[in-house]
Amino acid sequence: MTRYLPYLLVGVLFGFVLIKAEAASWYRIQEMFHFQSFHMYGILFSAIATGLVSVQIVKLLGRRKALDGQVIDIPEKAPGTKSYVFGGLVFGFGWGLIGLCPGPMFALAGTGSLGALVVLAGALHGTWLYGALKQHVPH
Amino acid sequence: MDWLTHPWPWYVAGPLIGLMVPMMLFIGNRSFGISNNLRHLCAITQPHKVEIDFFRYNWKEHTWSLVFVIGTGLGGYLAGVVFANPHPVELSQAAQDMLTAWGFTQPGHNLVPEELFHTSVRNFTYLFACGVLVGFGTRYAGGCTSGHAITGLATLQLPSLYAVLGIFGGGITASWFLVPWMLQ
Repeated sequence: MTRYLPYLLVGVLFGFVLIKAEAASWYRIQEMFHFQSFHMYGILFSAIATGLVSVQIVKLLGRRKALDGQVIDIPEKAPGTKSYVFGGLVFGFGWGLIGLCPGPMFALAGTGSLGALVVLAGALHGTWLYGALKQHVPH
Repeated sequence: MDWLTHPWPWYVAGPLIGLMVPMMLFIGNRSFGISNNLRHLCAITQPHKVEIDFFRYNWKEHTWSLVFVIGTGLGGYLAGVVFANPHPVELSQAAQDMLTAWGFTQPGHNLVPEELFHTSVRNFTYLFACGVLVGFGTRYAGGCTSGHAITGLATLQLPSLYAVLGIFGGGITASWFLVPWMLQ
């Protein structure tokens, strides 16, 4: 079990930050999509910038091993356009309506919000639906 | 200890979220992303009779990812219950005006509006339906805000840029046109 402990701790940090940043707030998401505050964009841009810089440092360090002994390499997303754009549109549409993307969904459920659990239940059904219809949607 | 109960500014929260990317690489060469867990949860619960290929794989290899989101829930509990912010969300004046015009009496009083989240058949139908869109869309696109907007853009991947454009296109359309119409 100890090999899972780091994931648990980083997960706790992630959930804590999401709530403290109010990224799980429906109001903040409406404010973001209406361009009424820099708050959410500041979070996204500084997160991407931090990730970008640290990934470049990881690359500069060269061949390194992770804690569990695997060699660190950054996986490439499969090439394509349609599935990314269409999937993004469907997800974004839901996000705009409900103000919860998957990370905040779990974090808000942790606060005891029954509504967040209902969104999560819906998301599992949506995922299942995609699995069932995968061959019938453009990729 | 005020910093534990107060909301965190973007320049603290954003970099901490960004650090998830290298931390996951260092822990076990993992790509930071949340929505994969929706697939794993389906794989765990898929009945043998159904057998959809998309959910036929050894989910046990992804236990680390499920442990991560269990942690996310615990972190949410700590931040939202144990160290709860006693004050309303400090929304911009423009957002407060818009929300008041939409009929919300106490915009930002809690993280999410009671009007949409309190227990009722109407609300839960709405929440479930929106959840379906999020679940379907994130798996179709192969990632969500964490996997595409943060990990994908931080590693300069073009597919993630397409996904982010889609996400913002969908989100802006929904929140500008559908949300006000729905609240009427």
